[in-house]
Amino acid sequence: MTQITEQTITYRQAVREAMSEALIKDDRVFLMGEDVGRYGGCFNVSEGLLEEFGEERIIDTPLSESGFTGCGIGAAVVGMRPIIEIMTVNFSLLAADQIINTAAILQYMSGGQFNVPVVIRMATGGGKQLGAQHSRSLEGWYAHIPGLKILTPATIDDARGMLWPALEDPDPVLIFENTTLYNSEGILTGNEGEVDIQKAKVRREGNDVSILTYGIGLQKSLKAAEELSKEGIEAEVVDLRVLRPLDNETIFSSVSKTGRAVIVDEGWKSGGISAEISARITEELLYYLDNPVERICGMDVPAPYARHLEQASLPQPETIVKTIKKMGGLHG
Amino acid sequence: MATKKKNATTKKKPLANKSKNLHLLKQMMRIRRLEEKAYELYTQEKIRGFLHLYDGEEAVAVGVIENINEEDAIIATYREHGHALVRGVSMDRIMAELYGKVEGCSGGRGGSMHLYDKVTNFMGGSAIVGNGLPMAIGVGFAYKRQKSDAIACCFFGEGAVDEGEFHESLNLASLWDLPVLFVCENNLYSMGMPFELAEAETNLVKKAEAYNVKGSTVDGMDVLGVQETSEKAIHYIRKKQKPYFLECQTYRYRAHSMFDPERYRSKQEVKEWKKKDPITTFTDYLKHEGMLDDDELDQLNNQVMQEVEASVQFAEEGTDEPLEDITKYVYSDSSGGEL
Repeated sequence: MTQITEQTITYRQAVREAMSEALIKDDRVFLMGEDVGRYGGCFNVSEGLLEEFGEERIIDTPLSESGFTGCGIGAAVVGMRPIIEIMTVNFSLLAADQIINTAAILQYMSGGQFNVPVVIRMATGGGKQLGAQHSRSLEGWYAHIPGLKILTPATIDDARGMLWPALEDPDPVLIFENTTLYNSEGILTGNEGEVDIQKAKVRREGNDVSILTYGIGLQKSLKAAEELSKEGIEAEVVDLRVLRPLDNETIFSSVSKTGRAVIVDEGWKSGGISAEISARITEELLYYLDNPVERICGMDVPAPYARHLEQASLPQPETIVKTIKKMGGLHG
Repeated sequence: MATKKKNATTKKKPLANKSKNLHLLKQMMRIRRLEEKAYELYTQEKIRGFLHLYDGEEAVAVGVIENINEEDAIIATYREHGHALVRGVSMDRIMAELYGKVEGCSGGRGGSMHLYDKVTNFMGGSAIVGNGLPMAIGVGFAYKRQKSDAIACCFFGEGAVDEGEFHESLNLASLWDLPVLFVCENNLYSMGMPFELAEAETNLVKKAEAYNVKGSTVDGMDVLGVQETSEKAIHYIRKKQKPYFLECQTYRYRAHSMFDPERYRSKQEVKEWKKKDPITTFTDYLKHEGMLDDDELDQLNNQVMQEVEASVQFAEEGTDEPLEDITKYVYSDSSGGEL
């Protein structure tokens, strides 16, 4: 990765810079998706890239999710390094055949002959009153699929640093960008350098309880941790970063230290990634646990439009604080 | 075939060339005998899973693939033994794949529906109807960007025409001028669904033309017709850097798969189609033209039967993949164990 100087930028800019860098570094890279060119990206992420790199490399597509996602997959198999942008995860269901029935399994099905080095970026998440068809968090659902790698950049550094290693990865990588993060500002430290897309990361250290989260859940969890700290409870916040393959080592090391685990996930609770993480913890660390694993997740309802209802259906810092304070053996 | 002369498109009979014709005949015979053997082995439970046989449709794969260059890619369906075979995947490796052995062309991971071979750019083997078309346009897209002369050749049944992926892919291939040959093997039934009950518009070329994709229909039981038409189509694709749609009207003799009671069509209909059998009619034609005699035919038959028997032997002697390798290839770096 090129040398990055410390600066304040938005998450959106970080993603754009990452794409720009990739397009400069490797002429096999192209960006393809709905409105990525003339419109500048539905979330304005690719603004200016068409002017800079031209129509050969920034390719506007018709509304054919399966067609252009499969196109990226096919191009990847024969040597290109496509970045496919699917406007939101909700629309990716129209391309699920290509992602799940081809990208995820082609290498296995062909006995190792055809790998699929495609990167598929998509916006995810709720909280913006967009109703039930535009507010899904399906990254955990995709993490169910063997063969896919699932990344959830939650910080400016990760938004900037995850794309290049994802493009260098020989396997299909799905990157989920939470829509509520695009406007968030932060300092691009460049400290991450090239992000290790295998590893979770401890974002805040603490000895009393482990909060395991990702994406938008990170900000909420860090906020909750600050509140708890005022009351003498020190939470360790683990940013999972990669939902498949899960970094068991970092998860287990934190939970075995604190003896308490709380999973914060905007995705639906039933059958979600939180259930998987909880199961792994109890399978591996039951005797280290001082409390049952707690899960704070999206409620099992389609996203309601009305703001108060939608907010109530999503994990909030207050809920995290309340849940942790109720855990046995914690002072404060 | 890329060396075809410019003015060879006039009325004269295509391929009035004995060795070429015998080659086409032999390719069709190889497919037929392979499929017959596969059927037999299935009943002996040597082969399991789904098995979709290509008997009756041989002229399509043989006629089209005859014109495909080494650097071109082929994307096919779950009824693809014949395509793999005439592309150059050995019968040994195909049979070993049907047996689920490591020596199979997909290492025993794919089975009948998922034959792959990187060396010959044979990219499946997809068993989701319509699923291969987006991949084919992606391959064509990459070839174009890479300034290669290669094309992607995509086979699919008429059932795929009912899928959205067909329409998305033809539109994108046309919009972006991609070098893709779309070969629709219209065998009149998508599993049990008759063609005329599935299509509001049965003129498939019209559908292609709606996306500004040039197309034509050919008798898929006539290997020379398929060969000649697809040669022209491929010439067009390479020269114009545009897609082409070729409908081959054909028929599968056997059931959709081995689990199909065939309630949807009459025995009489199958019998009628068998009169147009691509191998018998071509054999008769060659005999009539004095290009084939009974001895030569016997000789071809013997060669093919020997190849089939040898492939069974090869598969029988194949090895089972060790269980500890079961997670290998889920990811490029996974060699086993935890995922």
